[in-house]
Amino acid sequence: MASIPILKEREKQIHRKGAQPFSLTCGQHSLAGVVSQRACVFCGSRVVLYPIADALHLIHGPVGCAAYTWDIRGALSSGPELHRLSFTTDLREKDVIFGGEKKLQRALTELIDAYQPRAAFVYSTCIVGIIGDDVAAVCRQVAREKGIPVLPVHSEGFKGTKKDGYKAACEALFQLVGQGQVDRIDPCSINILGEFNIGGEAWIIKSYYEKMGVAVVATMTGDGRVDAIRRSHGAALNVVQCSGAMTTLAEMMQERYGIPYIRASYFGLEDTSKALYDVAAHFAGNPEIMTRTQSLVREEISAITPELQQIKAAVSGKRAAIYVGGAFKAFSLIKALRYLGMDVVLVGSQTGNDADYQTLREMCDDGTIILDDANPLELSKYIIEKGADLFIGGVKERPIAYKMGIGFCDHNHERKIPLAGYEGMLHFAREVYRSVTSPVWRFAPTRAAAAKEVSP
Amino acid sequence: MIGSSPENRPFTATRNACKLCTPLGAALVFKGIRGAVPLLHGSQGCATYIRRYLISHYREPIDIACSNFSEQTAIFGGGANLKIALDNIRRQYDPELIGVATTCLSETIGDDVPMFIREYRESCEGQDSPPVVHVATPSYQGTHMQGFHAALRALVGQLAEGGSPPGRHLNLFPGMVSPADLRHLGEICADFGLPAVLLPDYADTLDGPLWTEYQRIPEGGTPMAAVRSSGSARASLELGAVLAREKETAATFLQRTFQVPCHRLGLPVGIDATDRMFAALAEISGRPTPQKHLRERGRLIDSYADGHKYVMDARAVVFGEEDLVAGLAGFLAEIGVVPVVCASGGRSGHLAACIAERFPDHSQKGIQVLSDADFVAIEAAAREAQPDFLIGNSKGYSMARRLGKPLIRVGFPVHDRLGGARLLHLGYRGSQQLFDRIANTLMAAGQSASPVGYTYI
Ligand code: SF4
Ligand code: SF4
Repeated sequence: MASIPILKEREKQIHRKGAQPFSLTCGQHSLAGVVSQRACVFCGSRVVLYPIADALHLIHGPVGCAAYTWDIRGALSSGPELHRLSFTTDLREKDVIFGGEKKLQRALTELIDAYQPRAAFVYSTCIVGIIGDDVAAVCRQVAREKGIPVLPVHSEGFKGTKKDGYKAACEALFQLVGQGQVDRIDPCSINILGEFNIGGEAWIIKSYYEKMGVAVVATMTGDGRVDAIRRSHGAALNVVQCSGAMTTLAEMMQERYGIPYIRASYFGLEDTSKALYDVAAHFAGNPEIMTRTQSLVREEISAITPELQQIKAAVSGKRAAIYVGGAFKAFSLIKALRYLGMDVVLVGSQTGNDADYQTLREMCDDGTIILDDANPLELSKYIIEKGADLFIGGVKERPIAYKMGIGFCDHNHERKIPLAGYEGMLHFAREVYRSVTSPVWRFAPTRAAAAKEVSP
Repeated sequence: MIGSSPENRPFTATRNACKLCTPLGAALVFKGIRGAVPLLHGSQGCATYIRRYLISHYREPIDIACSNFSEQTAIFGGGANLKIALDNIRRQYDPELIGVATTCLSETIGDDVPMFIREYRESCEGQDSPPVVHVATPSYQGTHMQGFHAALRALVGQLAEGGSPPGRHLNLFPGMVSPADLRHLGEICADFGLPAVLLPDYADTLDGPLWTEYQRIPEGGTPMAAVRSSGSARASLELGAVLAREKETAATFLQRTFQVPCHRLGLPVGIDATDRMFAALAEISGRPTPQKHLRERGRLIDSYADGHKYVMDARAVVFGEEDLVAGLAGFLAEIGVVPVVCASGGRSGHLAACIAERFPDHSQKGIQVLSDADFVAIEAAAREAQPDFLIGNSKGYSMARRLGKPLIRVGFPVHDRLGGARLLHLGYRGSQQLFDRIANTLMAAGQSASPVGYTYI
């Protein structure tokens, strides 16, 4: 793979764990002309707010931004499904020239009348930032007229990275928080933040907490409801999943309402258990919760262990590569893969920060490649060089893996299978097993060549 | 009944768009040129979303670079970013061509892309730098189909060279069809002994085998020399009934500039339309239609006879790209199916006329044509029309599910099934496959509705 050139400017964003001291540049704007796997600010906002199912999501801009995000996520709802529709002002030339405010206002009013949402989010895309529509003013006016919150989301694509989009989404959500009634909320209660109910994950996690005796006020934003978010400031604790997406909201709620937050991951046995124990420990005044948590963890793990052991026997020793959006997810994936006896040979993320990469380095074995904001050329180069058998990423990484004859698991918002909690770990292990041990790979030219080298 | 202008649409917002944005079409064209790398001039999100969208249909790596605007770029202009991007693409991909398509953002701030490219090329004086083709693709002016055809027009406009005497070859502009269609069209031309240049040709670049090492630019595509020689072709053949009504296309440009005779036909779906294409090829090549294809034609008619009862008077909702909708409607007319709703998010303004041409009795038949339509409008029309089946891309799935009617997947995108790239729609062979799918879908529906569940149909 020597023929794949690495750009000089990118060298600082690639680290090979070994003797050399650690320094990795990150948090930078992607280099022009490079095929970055990253999306934009709008993408970040859309991901976070997407699963709020009884809200209207109107994308103010030309058609593309809305068309490409129509029902692409696996976020499930137990009730309304407004989030699965794609609404856009679909700006035309004259709107661009004369401004799109009138069209936005008409579109919003008509949609609110037709769909009766509990709130509306209006996403500004690149072009809106340029033509200078006063989206906030239109939102205020329509909110007054219609009597529901109409929240502008400042997600102009070019104004930063996906992370800035998370922040814009949190700011929009924060407008809702604090508006509802909080009497009759259980003192042992939490909000689940940064959980998007992909394939029903929020339901799995919620059921654990309920078994533990912890009430869940709001899941944000998986299977989200506007009214639940409005009263979420009545919860005693925020449990925030994933490093990036909703920490801002947790911080804002801490500052304004004094609600503490802890971080959690529900991926893998180790991290899921830790999350549940941490929450139980927070409610130490109610020791029953801890007792129930212990038995829950014991039961759940013993239920799936036999099958996990079988899978482990089949996949142990295989090598995995990870490229995900947020680095926090990578930590959990490394642990889960180790549990299955697999080695992680490459790990990278679109949006990791210094501390994230430092942690990753500490977790990894020598020789592991660590990448920030990678592109198809780098990813393919290193998965081949490191002899990966499995690639974990999102839809854009899938064909890279398959072309090189490597198994693949989707660990992104577009998947439809829940990977959270104990049950999720089993789904994950099964998926890893099915892809890694599939007999089709022996036909892949890369593998065929490798096999020839081994056999005399 | 026919036609509906955007003004009388009941809704201001577009709800579930039946179209995509302009640079997607342009990027697809550049993926069909050998050694080319598409570069979107704008912010990162557009390029990534477009890649993601194309990947979900083709299931191939699709590298599309981006000049990656930041806030400063949006304010001060994208010239510097574009030049850095061109440099970096050259260093990493070593391309034979870079195809620059603008996005809404760079268009709105008024970037002078041709000037940036000129400046860049001047700065490369003396180096071996690839040609850079530019196409303006703001989405507020059109759909992905406009982007597709604008990119072709830009390619030949900026690269084609005349020559005398004219060459023997044919320029074939197939439109936005599947890789399988492209391969079949290539095979047909070869059977006429006609060297054909497909513009674009992503048959291999977007539907290829596994690799031994990552191909920075996948093998295949129209060679640059062939793009250049499009000005000295024997003739051009341009497929698409809607496209044929456009004033200026790549093919008409070649005719106007280099006197390359231009044949403009609808998509060859069904006997009549395919006959017209074969007649044109016979005329251009001076050879009769090869036996092999006559036999395929014969078998197709034989299957029409076998299956006519099952499809006659069935009602269909057809949606997707305008050219495909027009082509399918013509085919359905031929087998006795009534396309009660013909809908597209496209807004060329020509679709209604194309359908009217095929169905002079459209108002008696109650055929509705929806242009600039979204899926909420299409679904409302479909509910009214009580179709037996729907035919179009995957985006119609949720509508089909709610209507409880089968969806036959054709066109782009097909992202909820495998093999979107391998769907054949064109020629006698493609028509055969479509006919069988339609007849079998209707038979299956009859079978499951039957209290008896016949085992022999
Ligand atoms: S800004 Fe324009 S080009 Fe970019 S995704 Fe939106 S519609 Fe497409
Ligand atoms: S970069 Fe801008 S225009 Fe492109 S998808 Fe993101 S918000 Fe939309």
